[in-house]
Amino acid sequence: MKLLREILFPLIAVLAAFLVGAIIVLLIHDDPIETYKLLIGSALSWPDGIGYTLFYATPLIFTGLAVAVAFRCGLLNIGAEGQLYVAAFAAAWVGITFGGVEGRSIANLSAWLLVPLACFAAMASGAVWGAVPGVLKAKFGSHEVINTIMMNFIALALVSYFTQYHYKAQGDPILQTVPISASAHIARLGKFIPGLPERIPLNIAFFLALLACVLVYIFLWRTKWGYEIRATGANPAAAEYGGISTGRQIVLAMAVSGALAGLVGVNEVLGYRYRYYDSFSSGVGYGFTGIAVALLGRNHPVGVVFAALFFGALKRGGLFVDIFTEHVSKDLVEVLKALVILFVAAELYFRGRLGRFGLMRRAKI
Amino acid sequence: MLELRNITKRFGAVLANDHVNIKVKSGTIHAIVGENGAGKSTAMRIAYGFYTADEGEIIVDGQPRRIETPHDAIALGIGMVHQHFMLIEPMTVTENIVLGAEPGGAVALDLTKAAERIRKLSEEFRLAIDPHATIEHLSVGQQQRVELLKALYREAQLLILDEPTAVLAPQEVEELFAILRRMRAQGKTVVIITHKLDEVLAISDEVTVMRDGRVVGELQTSATNAAELARMMVGRDVLLRIEKPQAKPDSTVLSVEHLTVTARDGTQRLKGVSFQVRAAEIVGIAGVEGNGQTELIEALAGLIPHAQMSGRMEYLGRDIAPLDARSRRELGIAHIPEDRHRRGLLLDFDLKENSVLGVHYRPPVAVSLGSVLLDDGAIRKRTERIIEDFDVRPANPDLPARSLSGGNQQKLIIGREFVLQPKLLLVAQPTRGVDIGAIEFIHRKLVRLRDEGCAVLLVSAELEEVTALADRLLIIHDGEIVGEVDPTIATLEEIGLLMTGGKEQ
Ligand SMILES: Nc1ncnc2c1ncn2[C@@H]1O[C@H](COP(=O)(O)OP(=O)(O)OP(=O)(O)O)[C@@H](O)[C@H]1O
Ligand SMILES: [Mg+2]
Repeated sequence: MKLLREILFPLIAVLAAFLVGAIIVLLIHDDPIETYKLLIGSALSWPDGIGYTLFYATPLIFTGLAVAVAFRCGLLNIGAEGQLYVAAFAAAWVGITFGGVEGRSIANLSAWLLVPLACFAAMASGAVWGAVPGVLKAKFGSHEVINTIMMNFIALALVSYFTQYHYKAQGDPILQTVPISASAHIARLGKFIPGLPERIPLNIAFFLALLACVLVYIFLWRTKWGYEIRATGANPAAAEYGGISTGRQIVLAMAVSGALAGLVGVNEVLGYRYRYYDSFSSGVGYGFTGIAVALLGRNHPVGVVFAALFFGALKRGGLFVDIFTEHVSKDLVEVLKALVILFVAAELYFRGRLGRFGLMRRAKI
Repeated sequence: MLELRNITKRFGAVLANDHVNIKVKSGTIHAIVGENGAGKSTAMRIAYGFYTADEGEIIVDGQPRRIETPHDAIALGIGMVHQHFMLIEPMTVTENIVLGAEPGGAVALDLTKAAERIRKLSEEFRLAIDPHATIEHLSVGQQQRVELLKALYREAQLLILDEPTAVLAPQEVEELFAILRRMRAQGKTVVIITHKLDEVLAISDEVTVMRDGRVVGELQTSATNAAELARMMVGRDVLLRIEKPQAKPDSTVLSVEHLTVTARDGTQRLKGVSFQVRAAEIVGIAGVEGNGQTELIEALAGLIPHAQMSGRMEYLGRDIAPLDARSRRELGIAHIPEDRHRRGLLLDFDLKENSVLGVHYRPPVAVSLGSVLLDDGAIRKRTERIIEDFDVRPANPDLPARSLSGGNQQKLIIGREFVLQPKLLLVAQPTRGVDIGAIEFIHRKLVRLRDEGCAVLLVSAELEEVTALADRLLIIHDGEIVGEVDPTIATLEEIGLLMTGGKEQ
């Protein structure tokens, strides 16, 4: 019953969003059925559709998990965006500095060392970037929303600076670092899966994302740390009573959240571009979309996976809608996203209404 | 006026109301009594449209009615005052009352006119509420009267009060009852849920007794007495006053000297309190609520920042002032907090998770990998043991704590702290909102714990409770201990006088 309700509301939200989306398509004189066929068909075609959908979903799983972990502690992490920038840069920095890149390296590590080191650097730097607002909140009570937003600006400015003045190839007109060493690359799935071409950037990081989901689940519900984080989020006064230091949990939750967001850097740098490319997230806003993913996924790792796949598919499908319809642009996807969020957020209202029609009992007082 | 006919309501496997029939006559005060979890709140929430019944009818003024939301109930002249007030603290009385009172959302509210009406209502029923006062500056009793005003403002003819006296000091209870009588005199109808039988006898005209989701008795108040009601509720004879053997106090466990607590706003809540608690004795603290009891218990439990305190706290010869809550728990100090919803429980967590709060990080709850992973089997076993030993109903470890009735939530907390086998138990308001059968049970457990050698510091707003349980009784007033009496000799009048600031002769 409870599970059903957990699944039912996100589904209703998605369906309602598509319904309203269809009306909008009608209003601009296009065929909604054709549009949706295109949207869904291009997101699920083999191999490109599925490959890209999964590729787009990967960073969203990370950021969705990041937001969910913070939320379970009662915190809103708007800073996944900044966390993933510093993390991606850190990953690239490791790939350059320890990978034997000519003129820039101090060591030449083998892939077995380099890749884990780069992953660790991404997580650690994301964790630090997340922990700072956590400490500010725990120590001075300053609001994490404000501080994470500010940290986003600082992150972007900082990594842009280092890219521009220290790590760019000479004469390169694009704001990006030099390539990382080949030993820091992680394999694309096309290598193992017959029929999936290697040009599709879907890579091992996708499995890392699924693994992260399992680990986050265990962390939150099977370890004492997760218990303390959730208790702090559910009722700080009771948590204190139970001997839990709520300040410490806030810092811990933000650090874990930042580390998860930081894993986006692994997908982006080690699996896709093989370099740090400035502002790579700005068009999509992985960090911000992560909030929507967590919301739709009800702050649960399993929900996050499905929500991320959904948003990934939308992104993929949107490109085709843009090209192959007469009037509809890929902004339809943004509209759908916004509608989904709106409907999910309006859940409480729905709950009341459905209760009225006897579909749902409000048993929560 | 209001009649519930054959109302049945299930929550999952729990049959909360089983063909309940309650008839409330117009112009009367109708009491509903019953054990924790008997289904009293559920029945009344159905009448108020919070829940919808699975079966049965609601009849209002002779007409069968559908009440599916509180809006429907209000439209039919039914109002309800909840145990946990639903007021917005920084707003004024008028704003709170008008809020949501204008269905359809009136855009421009005439607050002046509303305030005038509220003032008149307050005068009419002598509630003594200033319409322009801010909620956060009102006492609990006054806030409750604001809730009453809210219902009156919406022209409620029938008022349902769910355990209104649980949060009130004895004097406030008297005031409330006077108000209810005035309401009755004006032709209004009142339904009151309470666990205190003397209150039932004092205020009501008729009583409905519930047990296990069923109505087991409907009586004229004038034709019954406390013992009979207790027997009907529990299904057996109940000891209304606990008998306990003489205490044999041992060495000192807790020694407090010149303890001072300063609140964040700079006011002194405790002004140099000193006392001792020995092993195998119950020291009671009596006082009108808000005189420093909360701060005393929280300071001892380690829940007040070190910087806000001064003085000494010695536990088994060791200075515990610098220790945090966790370290104090590890030394054998258990704590039953006064506010179970705010402090004592994680309402959205299940019983299993709640029953390990405070020991969740160490064996046997947390095992392997250096006590990191929670052992679900061990947690379940522990929960089942608490449920069994403390008769928590329904006995399902997987339910969220929120779904338990108030008394059963309390039993869960008490059980959780008792299984720790503490050397010092800090306990505040242990039987607030708990039915008489359970009160007897909890009192017995406390005495047993004492006899096993535990030092118990008991704070309670129920004079009867502290005098019955305590071996020594300290009286607190305005942050100071103003006297110590022998509870077996002192009269309630003497204690009452000290509590209100009259000095000991
Ligand atoms: N929202 C809910 N979900 C599940 N079970 C519930 C819910 N509300 C009440 N119950 C169950 O229904 C039964 C009756 O509960 P109810 O709150 O009506 O008892 P009560 O007589 O008011 O008890 P108390 O005196 O302790 O307040 C209890 O067993 C309780 O656990
Ligand atoms: Mg109740």
